[in-house]
Amino acid sequence: MSSNAISMEPASFNHRKGLPIAAVLAILSAGFFVVIALATGESAQLSLQGIVGLLQRMVALGLVAIGQTFVILVGSIDLSVAALISAVAVLASLLMQGDPAMILPAIIACLGLCLAVGLVNGALVAYGGINPLIATLGTGLIIQGVLAASFADLQGAVARQFQVLAYGGMLGIPYSVLLLALLALAAAFILNKTLFGARIYAVGGNPDGARLAGIHTERLVLAAHVIASLFAGAAGLYLAARLQSGTPWIGRDGIYDLESIAVTVIGGTILAGGKGGVAGTLAGVLLFASLDASFNMLGIDAFLKQVLRGGIVIAAVAIHAVRYKGHVA
Amino acid sequence: MTPIPQVAPLRPSPKLALNAGLVIFVVLYAAIAVVQPNYLEPGLFMNFLRRAAPLLILACGQLYVILTGGFDLSVGAVATLAVLAASILINGDPDATWAVLGTLYLMGIAVGLVNGLVVAFLKVPSIIATLGTMLLVNGLALAWSGGAARGDLPENFRNFGRLVWRDVWLIGSLPLAVVVLCGFVAIAWWGLNGTVYGKRALAVGDNPRAAELAGTPVAATRIIAFVVSSISAVTTGILLGGFSGVSVNAGEGLELQAIAACVVGGAQLLGGRGSIWSAVFGALSLFALFTLLNLMGLPQALRDSIQGAILIVAVGATMWRNRRRI
Repeated sequence: MSSNAISMEPASFNHRKGLPIAAVLAILSAGFFVVIALATGESAQLSLQGIVGLLQRMVALGLVAIGQTFVILVGSIDLSVAALISAVAVLASLLMQGDPAMILPAIIACLGLCLAVGLVNGALVAYGGINPLIATLGTGLIIQGVLAASFADLQGAVARQFQVLAYGGMLGIPYSVLLLALLALAAAFILNKTLFGARIYAVGGNPDGARLAGIHTERLVLAAHVIASLFAGAAGLYLAARLQSGTPWIGRDGIYDLESIAVTVIGGTILAGGKGGVAGTLAGVLLFASLDASFNMLGIDAFLKQVLRGGIVIAAVAIHAVRYKGHVA
Repeated sequence: MTPIPQVAPLRPSPKLALNAGLVIFVVLYAAIAVVQPNYLEPGLFMNFLRRAAPLLILACGQLYVILTGGFDLSVGAVATLAVLAASILINGDPDATWAVLGTLYLMGIAVGLVNGLVVAFLKVPSIIATLGTMLLVNGLALAWSGGAARGDLPENFRNFGRLVWRDVWLIGSLPLAVVVLCGFVAIAWWGLNGTVYGKRALAVGDNPRAAELAGTPVAATRIIAFVVSSISAVTTGILLGGFSGVSVNAGEGLELQAIAACVVGGAQLLGGRGSIWSAVFGALSLFALFTLLNLMGLPQALRDSIQGAILIVAVGATMWRNRRRI
């Protein structure tokens, strides 16, 4: 409701307002990581290699979350990303079968699949008027079901050369981290410096106002869903490269759907849309990555880790949500 | 200038929702009867209801939250917690059952209160807040039990899910779970239709700001909805413990099924429209669908796909119908 008022401001206002959250969150996360590393005597974690390892933890969730940021900014949501990640990983290993000549065709096929899923999601939400939670939950279930029924015992692996994406690097920095940085910069540029980005904020902030201003809101929602699916596809390809072979459950086991939404919201993007940005989302991903790394250093058991994670998700959102004067659902 | 007549046309939906959910259920159950004619016998119908009871009860609780405009993703984890906690606390001692039942409900109410307070006062969107409590409760349950089922449930606890009275007049057999189910649905119906709460929930879900200006206690309405949802989750857990014994993934995935059930029955996500019959017939439809796909011998995995397609079609059909009505 009060987001209507905010969306009257230019998009750059949103960004400037979003930056402090991102900066504070990033500093806190990094600080926490450093303190735990020093306290547990694991100073190796603070070497270049340790830091790179921390950044590499961010890649998969980071890629999905950047895409999720786009859909949440237009006021939609995408629950199908986890299933799509699995589908892409399976498809990549199925098509490559270890053959380097198939790398490019496989990547094209995977991105084609993502494009199709994104178009279906976007069409259901934008043109079908179906609640995005239900629409993308539905498409996710359809993909997951087909995957689990057809590829439960998958024979196939990605080409060894393709695994360079996960294990190779230059100047000590893995290609995967560079990929994440590059795509994050591109996404931030699109959102902050292009007309398309400004329209995304407009549609999320006030769909009716955007429509009256002559923006094709449906097309933007569709485009945002396609972007989210393509980013999920990139995450799927990265996971396939890292694990050598996809399984029908890698997306679901990583809870990439709910975690990508959680980090996006933690980073200050509001679920109603129209406010937030990529910087906050990446800070949220960094929080999750440094918590994971710190819990490992502390030797906290897996179940307690989950308890802490749950509490931190709530607390991280509450810290900036509590100032909100209106009602949330 | 009288505002009251304007309220009436806004509310033709409950009757409509009843028809939609009921029609889907009757069609699906007819299909079941074609595949397996003995499902028309009262005994097998009662057994169908008994197995559907956990999802139905969970959907009724979820409906309260959906009406007020939120989601409760934590119910599956709460059901798991109820099963694991019961087996650890009772540990095979039948005398402890009743005290433990009370403890379970206290735990459930505590989780519901946390959900409600976080949403109402910390302003965390319910999908994130209950995602957090879902992780938290699941982690607690697993940490407490050590990640594996331990302890034992005595006969008098498992009876809630398992006991069936034979030779009952008129209907042949009567499972205790169906009695629990009817009791829960009756109380849930009374809460929405017999008290002022139902109107408040619809008002808050439709437009919280307007409801607040009209004097509705928005925070209290929201908190109560989450508590009801958690209580339904504990009840579901108790029945599940009776059915299938103790397991660490007893409630897995139930939260999405409960939300899906309400939506298939015609409740509107983000609030403002729906009745208890949306939850009841939506859950019955969903469970009839699972049963049908099972009888047709489809692999478990493909059932997910069909469930997804049905969800999209059901919501799409509702949208299309509403558009035509306007």
